[in-house]
Amino acid sequence: MTLHHQTLALLLFSAFVAVTLGITTWVSRKRHGSAEEFYAGGRLFSPLENGLAIAGDYMSAASFLGVTGLIALFGYDGLLYVVGFLVAWLVVLFVVAELVRNCGRFTLADVIAARMTERPVRIAAGTSSVTVSVLYLVAQMVGAGSLVALLLGRTGGAAQAWTVIGVGALMVIYVSLGGMRATTWIQIVKAVLLMGGTVTLTVLVLLRFHGDVDQLLLTAAERSGHGKAFLAPGLKYGGSWSARLDFISLGLALVLGTAGLPHILSRFYTVPTARAARRSTVWSIALIGGFYLMAIVLGFGAAAVVGTDTVRASNESGNTAVPLLALDLGGGVGSTGGTVLFAVVAAVAFATILAVVAGITLASSASVAHDLYATLRRPHARQRGEVAVARTAAVGIGVLAIALGLLARDLNVAFLVGLAFAVAASANLPVLLYSLFWGGFTTRGAVWAVYGGLVPALVLVALSPVVSGSPGALFPDVDFQYFPLQNPGIVSIPLGFLAGWLGTVTSDEVPDEGRYAETEVRSLTGAGAV
Amino acid sequence: MQSSNGRHRDGGDGSESSAERHSDQGEYGTTSGEVRYEDPWYDALASGWGDVESAGTPAPAVPAARTEPEGPALRARDVYLEVQRSAAFQEVRARYRRFVVPGAVVFLTWYVAYVVAATTAPGLMARPVAGAVNVAMVAGLGQFLTTFVLTWAYARHARLRRDRAALDLRWDTQELARGARGGVL
Repeated sequence: MTLHHQTLALLLFSAFVAVTLGITTWVSRKRHGSAEEFYAGGRLFSPLENGLAIAGDYMSAASFLGVTGLIALFGYDGLLYVVGFLVAWLVVLFVVAELVRNCGRFTLADVIAARMTERPVRIAAGTSSVTVSVLYLVAQMVGAGSLVALLLGRTGGAAQAWTVIGVGALMVIYVSLGGMRATTWIQIVKAVLLMGGTVTLTVLVLLRFHGDVDQLLLTAAERSGHGKAFLAPGLKYGGSWSARLDFISLGLALVLGTAGLPHILSRFYTVPTARAARRSTVWSIALIGGFYLMAIVLGFGAAAVVGTDTVRASNESGNTAVPLLALDLGGGVGSTGGTVLFAVVAAVAFATILAVVAGITLASSASVAHDLYATLRRPHARQRGEVAVARTAAVGIGVLAIALGLLARDLNVAFLVGLAFAVAASANLPVLLYSLFWGGFTTRGAVWAVYGGLVPALVLVALSPVVSGSPGALFPDVDFQYFPLQNPGIVSIPLGFLAGWLGTVTSDEVPDEGRYAETEVRSLTGAGAV
Repeated sequence: MQSSNGRHRDGGDGSESSAERHSDQGEYGTTSGEVRYEDPWYDALASGWGDVESAGTPAPAVPAARTEPEGPALRARDVYLEVQRSAAFQEVRARYRRFVVPGAVVFLTWYVAYVVAATTAPGLMARPVAGAVNVAMVAGLGQFLTTFVLTWAYARHARLRRDRAALDLRWDTQELARGARGGVL
């Protein structure tokens, strides 16, 4: 990798930043500073725009570089991992998109608090939303740091630190100035770039094999060094029984967690009606499904064209598979085509991280200002006051994420994304489903459901091999490992549901029939929806 | 907004829910009579005030707001209860649940079965089907396919079987709620 394509990558990335900064300035030109504008972008995006933005929010660098790398290294087991990310969208489409759009205003807590005692429920739901966002955010920030080292070849600590600081600062500017409208446009631009880059590479891979997928798979199997085993499950997740159980746990967390991710939920408030929310989900499923299908081709393509050993030599976790593939497809090192394609892939990867980070920061600043601050400080805070708090919260969360990202940059944080999904599935999904579908659900049930999922998930991870007691752990020198799985989902998700049920049946509170009727009628008809 | 505004104009001899509104207008008098035709929000507010003063409200055919003397808040709550109990709403809810519950059971079972089979029965999954393609590949692509098909089926079902009825209920409910609650939506 010469300096040449690194320079070009930086230029392209700067162009992306300039374009999105321009959009941010342009869309915030006539902003009114209302909460409606800041959190929901005025609620006037079209289904296609929002569908692209959802896809942009969801497809992180972990999907683009991580999943393809996983397939290039372990073959079928990478594909197994991808499927959960897509099937999860059926949960979102069936029970979340329309109903949440109809019932809520800005955050998850709005849906639940509508039929409960507001204060404890808002604090609980706000806390778990912020927790999920921060976990996800730190993973993205650390990813940004290691990505620059991988793509630009400067493994120096200073370059990594400056990337993390730079990405964080840009994201704070976007979010605090432009709110949801600017964030949405960043997602749209990024989704178009990502899809464009992926389609180009996929077409080139298929052309290389003359459209013969069978040949592609056979070549990949041959060059991987594993033979036919490369095309069947078991290379990564097939070891001990705890490793297999771990994958089942991760799979459950992925499928059920997406519907509880705060930055995904808040996207449905940017369209005018439930029908538009449904149509944007259909768009995003088409885009995400298409993207993952192409990612599978790219992963096997990287194994077939570049070779598994070369990929592993470049990066232990396979993150450079797609950039290496691009370099090769363009004509190899030193050729113009290779240089351009590599630069495009690198710039797309940066744009991806930046956009995802902006989306999460906005969602968590909404939770802080709309749920936590408004409840804890002033019960009747004025709207303008709340937006100012949200802007400050975005800066605060940005600084926190930068600090954590810098602290954790040498640690192995790959488990954080899976953990964020597990916490979302254990703490946010049970309370959301109970609120929407169970007439007898009470305030105590809601509070217990949130903490009953959140606390076990975090405690189990603290006691798991990713934190201590194994060579790749956060703290390899100490050993307080009592829970064998890396992902707590298989235990904490049922606990969240159980706690919600237990809290409800043990509380003296008589559930308010009328308020449940309001939630149910609103959720299915949209009556009274904002 | 359009349809509720239209109903006001035809003076109450038409649809069932405008019966209540008609009585409100009569009760309220003529002071803001001109304004209410132009601004539905203002109209709602005005009719709300009128409603507080009115003792009895005629029961409409579609979900009725039972009029109770305690105050507007309680009656707004009752609007939702009555709508929830109405046959029209029960039908929309039943259609939604009849699709979503079996659909969710099917895709979740199919996904869990796939993940469990991939982790516990790699031998079965590695069995070749055609060329380089084995059972695992077919199952994995099958997950993509079922996701796309269920997405299409859900969107179609919602569009054809729920949307219209839900929209009608929405206007009726909002109109009743506005009458009961005093325009605070």
